[in-house]
Amino acid sequence: MIKVKIPQPLRNLTDGKDEVSLEGNEIGEILLELEKKYPGIKERLRDEEGKLRRFINIFVNGDDIRHLEGEATPVEERDEVSILPAIAGG
Amino acid sequence: MKKFRNLQCRECGRRFPAEAVYVCEYCFGPLEVIYDYGSIDISRDSILEGPLSLWRYKPLLPVHTDSPVTIGEGLTPLLRAGNLEKELGLKELYIKNDSVNPTFSFKDRVVTVAVSRARELGFDTVACASTGNLACSVAAYGKKAGLKTVVFIPADLEKGKVLGAGIYQPRLVGVRGDYDQVNRLCGELAGTFKWGFVNVNLRPYYAEGSKTLGFEVAEQLGFRAPRQVVVPMASGSLLTKIYKGLKEFEELGIIEEAGTRFFGAQASGADPIAEAVRKDEDIIRPVKVKTIAKSLAIGNPADGYYAWDVIKKSGGYAASVTDDEIVEGIKLLASTEGVFTETAGGVTVGVLKKLVENGKIDPELSVVIYITGNGLKTQEAVEKSVSKIEEIEPSLKSFKESCPWAV
Repeated sequence: MIKVKIPQPLRNLTDGKDEVSLEGNEIGEILLELEKKYPGIKERLRDEEGKLRRFINIFVNGDDIRHLEGEATPVEERDEVSILPAIAGG
Repeated sequence: MKKFRNLQCRECGRRFPAEAVYVCEYCFGPLEVIYDYGSIDISRDSILEGPLSLWRYKPLLPVHTDSPVTIGEGLTPLLRAGNLEKELGLKELYIKNDSVNPTFSFKDRVVTVAVSRARELGFDTVACASTGNLACSVAAYGKKAGLKTVVFIPADLEKGKVLGAGIYQPRLVGVRGDYDQVNRLCGELAGTFKWGFVNVNLRPYYAEGSKTLGFEVAEQLGFRAPRQVVVPMASGSLLTKIYKGLKEFEELGIIEEAGTRFFGAQASGADPIAEAVRKDEDIIRPVKVKTIAKSLAIGNPADGYYAWDVIKKSGGYAASVTDDEIVEGIKLLASTEGVFTETAGGVTVGVLKKLVENGKIDPELSVVIYITGNGLKTQEAVEKSVSKIEEIEPSLKSFKESCPWAV
């Protein structure tokens, strides 16, 4: 099982849970599971063409998947996946 | 009639009540305050009669209160830079010296707005995630407002910034990680604690404070917009808000439309927006940051797309400079114009030089560069670049012997 951290704006779709555990070998599979388990989340993460929205950022152990292999990025037991908004200055 | 009631997502257009909201709940896009411009009463005269701070533009700022939290921010000098003009071959160059705000950076502009709004919304604690300058500002304004104040910074921050924040006696939390990690943690905390994080859940209000850098420069030029501006970029918010400020002034008839061209300045090693401009791609690829300009070190900029858009549609450009060029930029500004800026200012000056040299900036048209922070906060960057002490005995003889250059 892979742990996925759910950001605050999406928690109304995950029964308030800030972390869920899902099965999958790569990010795309994990997201598919997430979308199946929590209806409504797909529209939040993806645009009409099914692409991840440009302000949605997905990290594996702190690395943006755009630095890795995108949705084909492999994940294994104990990896931590998080979904996060972009960073504002400060 | 209230001048604003709602926030709107810049991506999907959804509207939210004007509360403390953490990005668009639907698509994670940034939220922006929506004004009813018809109910806003502002003119050149009302501005000139207003207070000697950025609160002279209050009709265009997102607070309702008549007693904002202020320490005299804004109305910083706009300096004609005659020496630097000659050095670079420019006809009309100005420096907007925002390093002389109350806590020595432009962040006081956004924080005075955010903390005033925090108080208005009933928060008893203000907080922020910071690369340093924001920490100093939130600490000062939080205390001035009589609120509890919690500041989150990367644990390895420059000494000048730790001191500049710590002196106000806030809770100062050093996170072992980079700024992106500090910011993400604060995103989590904003969902857990009922605190007003100025650049997280108060960001829509906070960001509006940067418009005053557009308003002020226009006012100081005699109510006209500059033809070209060079703006440092981290998240890209400042550049988009200067644009918005000038646009609002144009639409309200306070200035004439000037078609200002926007040039963005980034540090190599933290330049995803400049990279997208250079490649002429509308995709901003996050980068892992590495630069001495820590106040600009954001790898995944929240307003990058909008900054890119303003640069493109205004006919501007963007560039980035190396650590060495940043130090050279700091030295150049200090030694020609007497303005000592931090690394972000070094980036701006370095990029100005580069864009003049490669012909992107028109030397015949006016240019304003935005200097957003003070050099005393990033002393580490220039320690090796200052004049060496020539030590002598207290006698005429010793002076003459040791200092043969004196004639």
